[in-house]
Amino acid sequence: MSDNGTPTLELSGVNKSFGAIHVLHDIDLAVYPGQVTALVGDNGAGKSTLIKCIAGIHPIDSGEIRFNGKPVNIHGPRDAADLGIEIVYQDLALADNLDIAQNMFLGRERKKGVVLDEASMEQAARETLAKLSVRTVKSVRQQVASLSGGQRQTVAIAKAVLWESKVVILDEPTAALGVAQTRQVLDLVHRLAETGHGVVLISHNMNDVFEVADRITCLYLGRVAADVKRSDVTHSQVVELITTGRSGDLGLAPSTAAESI
Amino acid sequence: MTAPSRSSKSQRTETEDAGPDGVAARAGSPGAGLTRRLGSAQEVWIGLVLVALLVVFSLLEPDSFATSFNLLNLVADAAILLLLAVGMTYVIITSGIDLSVGGLLVFSGVTATKVMEATGATSTGSLLLGVVVAMLTGLVWGVLNGALVAYGRIPPLIVTLGTLGMSLGGALLLTGGVDMRAPGRLNLGLGLDKFVGVPVIVWISVAVTLVLGVILAQCRFGRHTYAIGSNSKAARNSGVLVNKHLVKVYALAGLLAGLAGYLSLAKYGVTGVSAHSTDNLQAIAAVVIGGTSLFGGAGTVTGTVIGVFIPAVLQNGFQILGVKPFWQQVVVGAVLIAAVYLDQWRRKARDN
Repeated sequence: MSDNGTPTLELSGVNKSFGAIHVLHDIDLAVYPGQVTALVGDNGAGKSTLIKCIAGIHPIDSGEIRFNGKPVNIHGPRDAADLGIEIVYQDLALADNLDIAQNMFLGRERKKGVVLDEASMEQAARETLAKLSVRTVKSVRQQVASLSGGQRQTVAIAKAVLWESKVVILDEPTAALGVAQTRQVLDLVHRLAETGHGVVLISHNMNDVFEVADRITCLYLGRVAADVKRSDVTHSQVVELITTGRSGDLGLAPSTAAESI
Repeated sequence: MTAPSRSSKSQRTETEDAGPDGVAARAGSPGAGLTRRLGSAQEVWIGLVLVALLVVFSLLEPDSFATSFNLLNLVADAAILLLLAVGMTYVIITSGIDLSVGGLLVFSGVTATKVMEATGATSTGSLLLGVVVAMLTGLVWGVLNGALVAYGRIPPLIVTLGTLGMSLGGALLLTGGVDMRAPGRLNLGLGLDKFVGVPVIVWISVAVTLVLGVILAQCRFGRHTYAIGSNSKAARNSGVLVNKHLVKVYALAGLLAGLAGYLSLAKYGVTGVSAHSTDNLQAIAAVVIGGTSLFGGAGTVTGTVIGVFIPAVLQNGFQILGVKPFWQQVVVGAVLIAAVYLDQWRRKARDN
């Protein structure tokens, strides 16, 4: 686990405004293969805007996004997907009426001639779940509507992994889950990193963050307040960074932090 | 590699667990995909209702109901509505609605008649031009519907209510309110032609229905249609071009209405400018009786076929039995409510 390798995904100096509102200020962010980067920050800190910029939903105003060291332009969700960036949104983005395999291949169905190749998609869906050691799902032909919150999250993550993705961004994956289901999802996040994915975990839950993250990037009012190794900070320091933008030597200069308010 | 054994076990478990909403029908090997998608619980129930109706009428009036002559008539009467209902199935699965189909049918019939009259109306070329014009007219209206729904963000109920009025009014303007007669060669040709004893109009309707049934169940276009109705945001995030797809779905409904307009000209010999204002409701009723959810995301063409024939069989059977035809409306209304109740009940059972 070293930071010396090339980051899979690297943002530098990214700015984004909506009209007069400057939402993201000079954001730097690096995602390394096999590592979990936790992106933390209070509501309105810019986490969602940031991932939407990475996803290509919002174009960035200035700054650079590099993928495997090469500058890239991401103009839409398809560009992001083509690079190997997959985002698991908070509302999961699963279609209730479709089954697990259908959801995993939605938008990128395999075809045999003009008809869908159900057999191969079912097989691939099953193999992906097996690769992630998912045992909570009985059959990939189950309708998503019949799944629990944890199972749905599992399917959404497996869907992201199916596409040989390099970077998986998880938006509050445990927000609505109970204890046991949170456990399953965190295990899955571990396995994502173990299988070489660069993982970005957005979370409000410090226990989750400290359990799975290798690095912690803290946003405060649209600025990166700190980008630190998990082992270098304590629980309370991170909470302080989230709420005030600084903690001891870490964080924004007092003037910057104050100005942002 | 434990996946295969696990999956076969889970299939078995699911079959055992089969609940009232027919989980069993959904489990299964890839080979069972076609049957699974072409049929599920509601179609089975509603199919049984149709079979029961057929049996009862056959037993009551074996000499007049259960004759090939009568049944062929029944099918021929339903063929045109079937086209509208199949298009409506796609629209409703996207959780939309299309009230304009009857208007588009009439308008397409009128433009086709005008063009055929202008080109002589006797040559095969003129009649073929007619069908092209009818379908193009329907297509253009459908694209307009779709564009207003997808890009204009106007609720489909309002958009299609508007285009219903525009197309019906437009047809009256074009004809001056007087029904136009279809070219004789069309009415006496395609309108009466039979192939292997079955009207050609029925063959056309059956072929279109089969193709669209397979596309809905087995092709990417169909899959995306379900996905949009189920969760359009999820579909968009997954890379489905939702707006373009919606335009295509409404365009398909319009295209089918145009074809139906042409076949209606052939069959009835007139444009019927004031005879189609409730086609939309008949088509919607058929689709909903067939198990398609008004909430979107669920439904099949098989169900719609059954849903078209239940009212048709009732009407035909009541006529033969000498029951006042008004009863047909009453019974169809009740069947419609029962079908939606069943759908609600299934959704509740599923969500719990």
